[in-house]
Amino acid sequence: MSSPLLQIDNLSVRLGARTLLHDLSLSLGPGRILGLVGESGSGKSMTALSVPGLLPEGALRTGRVLLDGRDLAALDERALTAVRGRDVGMIFQEPMTALNPLLGIGEQVAEAVRLHRRVSRRDALGVARAALDRVGLPAARFGLDRHPHELSGGQRQRVAIAMAIALRPRLLIADEPTTALDVTTQAQILDLLRELVREEGCGLLLVTHDLAVVAELADEVAVLQSGRLVEQGAVAAVLGAPQAACTQALVRDSSIRVRPPRPQDAVATPLLEARGIVREYRQGGAWFGRAQRLRAVDEASLSVHVGENVGLVGESGCGKSTLLRALLGLEAPQAGEVWVRGERFAGTARQQQRLRRQIQIVFQDPYGSFDPRWRVEQLVSEPFHLLERPPTPTERRARVEAMLARVGLAPADADRHAHEFSGGQRQRIAIARALITEPAIVVLDEALSALDVTIRGQILALLAQLSDDLGVCYLFVSHDMSVVRAITDRVYVMAQGRLVESGPTAEVFAAPRHAVTRALIDATPDLARALAQRAQESATATTLA
Amino acid sequence: MAFGAPCQADSMSAPLLPLTTAAAPGRRRIGVALALGAAITALFIVVALVAPFWTPWDTGVISVQGRLRPPGLQHWLGTDALGRDLLSMLMKGATASIGVACVAVLVGAGVGVPLGLWGAARGGWVDELLMRANDVIFAFPALLLAILMTTFLGPGAVNAMLAIGIFNIPVFARVVRGSALGLWTRDFVLAAHVAGKGQARISYEHVLPNLAGLLWVQLSIQLSLGIVAETGLSYIGLGTQPPRPSWGRMLADAQTLTVLAPTLAVFTGIAVVLAVLGLHLLGDGLRDRLDPRLQGAGVRP
Repeated sequence: MSSPLLQIDNLSVRLGARTLLHDLSLSLGPGRILGLVGESGSGKSMTALSVPGLLPEGALRTGRVLLDGRDLAALDERALTAVRGRDVGMIFQEPMTALNPLLGIGEQVAEAVRLHRRVSRRDALGVARAALDRVGLPAARFGLDRHPHELSGGQRQRVAIAMAIALRPRLLIADEPTTALDVTTQAQILDLLRELVREEGCGLLLVTHDLAVVAELADEVAVLQSGRLVEQGAVAAVLGAPQAACTQALVRDSSIRVRPPRPQDAVATPLLEARGIVREYRQGGAWFGRAQRLRAVDEASLSVHVGENVGLVGESGCGKSTLLRALLGLEAPQAGEVWVRGERFAGTARQQQRLRRQIQIVFQDPYGSFDPRWRVEQLVSEPFHLLERPPTPTERRARVEAMLARVGLAPADADRHAHEFSGGQRQRIAIARALITEPAIVVLDEALSALDVTIRGQILALLAQLSDDLGVCYLFVSHDMSVVRAITDRVYVMAQGRLVESGPTAEVFAAPRHAVTRALIDATPDLARALAQRAQESATATTLA
Repeated sequence: MAFGAPCQADSMSAPLLPLTTAAAPGRRRIGVALALGAAITALFIVVALVAPFWTPWDTGVISVQGRLRPPGLQHWLGTDALGRDLLSMLMKGATASIGVACVAVLVGAGVGVPLGLWGAARGGWVDELLMRANDVIFAFPALLLAILMTTFLGPGAVNAMLAIGIFNIPVFARVVRGSALGLWTRDFVLAAHVAGKGQARISYEHVLPNLAGLLWVQLSIQLSLGIVAETGLSYIGLGTQPPRPSWGRMLADAQTLTVLAPTLAVFTGIAVVLAVLGLHLLGDGLRDRLDPRLQGAGVRP
């Protein structure tokens, strides 16, 4: 191999008394992709940020960061500014906040160009146009004056990538570039990144917690734990036969076992049943204009029976969330009925309260789902409002503490605020809140999507445990097929407001009938599949050689 | 995922980038403004509360010999055209101006806040109707509205309170509605819905407490505007009626005497400016202190 494009020698970073990175050494060749993986807080983002010198204020760095033989660690801020964007392009996780909402997309990309090259505005816009074409945003549909709010999440991420590659940097750094996107969009963005690296010959440092993404995209992988490099090497070797305990744990958490189907009693009354739900929204036409009707949910019918977990999957924008709102009784559908345990869920307020108790929810965002001013005891006990006789304060406290213990938190946590907890712990609080009134069904709305694999594994285990202990059923709404596969017995696939396919999870995954189902399954990164594919490729290569 | 709810700019959401730059100098400046504002405001409120019971001199006594005295040891700020002690007059005036402004702002907030919460919670035609009604009130310049009202209802402190209060309603309704709309799209509000709580209860338990910081800021700013409005009304004779002293009345009287006794207008003007400045500093300081983006930085993992 020729001399490496990026070489990190003995990099250490200290912030105050804490050492964030210990003596790290990595190298990356041109046209290669290096995956940087590890749990949250393992220092993978810190490593990536230390390359262009974007460390937190007061952080001390020792060691060398060589880009094409030039030591970036020795450069001052002014020289680094010139390097960022021109030699090193950065792509971040959140496409919503990475763009300036007031500027057109052409203007934003051109800005990056003009910061580094003395070119006229017109020439800069020309470069921007070329970059946008390059990332799959053709001029015909994506003019330079399109604004971020007119674009989807995936399209915004493409704009962010265009900004990063506009000056043809030698090195691209992508920090969780697809975590905020749904699986199909993720697959497209990963394809784009792979193609850019191959054709431009730049290096890509890919930071992610998703081993499956690394297995599909990267050539080499480096595993970090508590700021130390524990393992490094070719993807197939490291992930196929992990040596370090931490890598083994990551691989174990990423390869979700398929659940054996459970016998179910389809004759009994379903716990939850939706019949022909239709939900339309009026679009545009503020006062006098003619409003357009948008059918978000179109004649959707589904059921959840005693003792089964049901999945509802689909791309973002397919109407899953709207259907959920109807199931939870938050919005009345224009047509169709919701039945809970054989009773119509739409009647008088009193009846509503009684039925509402049967169905609770855990949201995706562990940060937004708690009132920041409330303490955990108040948060978890909020659904007690649904009881006809709410418990006395002492009784309430006791029940909250018992529930916190059940979800793996300490009783003393009842007195703390939600912001004092980590993402995984907050999801445990959310589960405690959902279970406090002993519902029959808990809806998990992308409840694991914001968590890293290790935490996800823990929460999955907790959910299985609770399901066994309390007999609660889950309606699992997600675009993450691998998790759906792990936890559900039956699955519904939704596309453009309609339920297009349903059946036992194992059958649907083994033989998907609808194109949307196939696309979703193919787009979901799968560690085992990616590794098998690699093994096959290398076998073919050896045979040919 | 926000449940496919109508997209609303969510300014209160957590900052996604780590807040690395420690805003130490900024913090300090904020602290000084807040402390100064709070001190000035507290001083005026104490004076306004004390004045009805005690002033250095009796403002009811007229002394022709002692009129238009310059500031001195006996009368610290001098005397007015009727020989009354200016400091005592200013103290009594503070009671009138701040009292009227306080009641007016409380009326405005008392009506405006529930309306804003209601509009945000109900949405649809209720919201539309409330906001258009607010626009109508808003369309009239505040002082003009007050003049109009006092002309019909007769001049006096109570009517001034009412007039300024009505003009405050849409201010509070709008501010509250705008921020409440953002909160209504948040998951914790949905969670409360799922817990079977109604719109009124959610507004009271979740939305209002999360708007508290904003409301304190708005209250202090509106209070300062209320003082200016009261001064304006009594200046043209539509506010507090003589013989009760008021800052506006005193300014009007001092205006004719600017050549003979400029200190009368100057000191009265300074009193008004200080009161308004104090409240504005307090409001700005509170805004910065209560800004969720500055608050609890570094708590998030």
